[in-house]
Amino acid sequence: MKLRDYIIRRLVLLIPILIGVTLLTFTISHVIPADVARHFAGGAKANPETIARIREEMHLDEPLYKQYGYYLNDLFHGDLGECYTERRPVTEAIKQYLPATAELTIIAMILAIFIGIITGVVSAVKRNSWIDHVTRLIAITGVSMPIFWLALMLQLAFAYKYPILPLDSRLGIGVVAPNHITGLYVFDSLVTGNFTALKSSIYHLILPSITLSFASLAIILRITRSSMLEIVRSDYIRTARAKGLRERTVIYKHALRNALIPTITVAGINFAYLLGGAVLTETIFNWPGMGRFAVAAVNNLDFPSVMGFTLLAAIVMVTANLIVDLLYSVLDPRVRLGD
Amino acid sequence: MKELLKVKGLKTYFYTYEGVVKALEGINFDIYKGESIGLVGETGCGKSVTALSIMRLIQWPPGKIIEGEITLDGKDLLKISEEEMRNIRGAEISMIFQEPMSSLNPVFTIGSQITEAITLHQEVNKKEAEKRSLDMLNLVRMPDAEKVLKQYPHELSGGMQQRAMIAMALSCKPSLLIADEPTTALDVTVQAQILDLIQELNEEIDSSMLLITHDLGVVAQVCDRVAVMYAGYIVEIGTVKQIFKNPYHPYTKGLMYAIPKIHVETKRLEVIRGVVPNLITPPSGCRFHPRCDHAMDVCKKKAPPTVKVEEGHYVACFLHGGVK
Repeated sequence: MKLRDYIIRRLVLLIPILIGVTLLTFTISHVIPADVARHFAGGAKANPETIARIREEMHLDEPLYKQYGYYLNDLFHGDLGECYTERRPVTEAIKQYLPATAELTIIAMILAIFIGIITGVVSAVKRNSWIDHVTRLIAITGVSMPIFWLALMLQLAFAYKYPILPLDSRLGIGVVAPNHITGLYVFDSLVTGNFTALKSSIYHLILPSITLSFASLAIILRITRSSMLEIVRSDYIRTARAKGLRERTVIYKHALRNALIPTITVAGINFAYLLGGAVLTETIFNWPGMGRFAVAAVNNLDFPSVMGFTLLAAIVMVTANLIVDLLYSVLDPRVRLGD
Repeated sequence: MKELLKVKGLKTYFYTYEGVVKALEGINFDIYKGESIGLVGETGCGKSVTALSIMRLIQWPPGKIIEGEITLDGKDLLKISEEEMRNIRGAEISMIFQEPMSSLNPVFTIGSQITEAITLHQEVNKKEAEKRSLDMLNLVRMPDAEKVLKQYPHELSGGMQQRAMIAMALSCKPSLLIADEPTTALDVTVQAQILDLIQELNEEIDSSMLLITHDLGVVAQVCDRVAVMYAGYIVEIGTVKQIFKNPYHPYTKGLMYAIPKIHVETKRLEVIRGVVPNLITPPSGCRFHPRCDHAMDVCKKKAPPTVKVEEGHYVACFLHGGVK
């Protein structure tokens, strides 16, 4: 009961956060020196009458607080406004682009968490061995390398020099998308038994998901390694050994469970990185997702779309944090939620 | 009495960045069946290293047992495989540690931690193991034992945590219990209860005990014999009565004088001058000579051999023999 109350309370807290986010993005997008009406009327040589008409249509001639009022009013009715570039509601555009991003970030997150934790543990257990040195080198590279550079290098190596992986969006040419269930191609094609699409979509995911996951993987690896190193020296690990447990049980049961606590925090924070990274990754890999949509929106002064994107990112962030907090209470009995 | 554990010429070194820490320099002692032996000495003299060496839990790097023999019932623990050693840990020899709070895994329930030890060494199913865990908790007189099984370490008091540790350590009825300062982290009143409990249960399951402490009062209360350690050596060993009534080694004497006496008025406490030596560059010869009021030339040159001063009482000091 307490846990349910806690979740509800956290979700209610989402409302002021989202209002804050809209206020910020709305202000920023309206104080930057760009004349949206002129932009849409055709640029510098536009007809002044057309500009005036558009300005009136878009309520751009009214005071800012009134414009914000219109926006909030629409928002409460589930309307994120009209996407200028694509001439359709922003919600519709999000519906179309979100699954691609979701698929990419979920795969990247899974890669980062699993590979990060496993290599982190191995690196800590085999401290100062060559495995540890190699892992640490990879980790430091991952943390310091710009994501776009990694993307270009991967493209150069695996799509150009040795063309073994595709670069054309989410599916190969001629491959029909699986029936729409979630919009996640891997999932949908698996459920519908469409193995041509499954194979193609996995192939297409490899490079972008490696690119996107690499930085997070490196951070998760480093934090897992350092917390493992600290924990294997702790008293309760000595107790576990003194009981006569085999080393594998000591490490993977007694130590890892404790080491995962800081790892979960970092993984949660990294979700924000992934969303930011998705913007770059999607642009470079021509991935038809929210990130590319957001870049196009910014370039076209398409403020409703930009705001739609930021709002969505904020919701994802807050939800990710909530999930992290819930996982905490599962992993660590000392954490009590809802007290 | 028959020996249960025999430690012979045990040397354990730690290879650190600053140099080699010679933590144990060839120590010898026996533990007889059913007895309690106290191992006393200052912090850093090698008491815990001795215990961990017996358990073969010295972590490499940096620590390593260089040479020596540790025989349990005739079996040399330093020669058997890691797997054989695992079957001894927790079953034949088990251990209680100083800090019960940090020695229990914070993310598992007390019940699961005790049950784990039982299922590991005994052929019982989970249900039976859980029942035995409950029996063990009742045996250590844990209040509300049934509830404690499902509780986590942080939900218990220090005394209760140590009771849980004792339940875990004794759950497989070990023939040797090593208690490494089991009461140091506890309140004085709880200390007495825990000591009584350890002593009583130890007699009940007829196991021997190696009690590590720096508290001579604890030794006098619990032990049959006592070994005094100084800087990696056992300098004196004998029955509690012999050591307390008639200490031979200047260091043991110093320790005894340092105990404030309730019926004698003293302005200042007696102290042993100087500090514990650095074990990377220990003093030559007898490691105690820089702090010893009776130091002779020979003390600086070589380490004194252990000589018998009376039946069951041995001392390593040139004042009592060994000079050629």
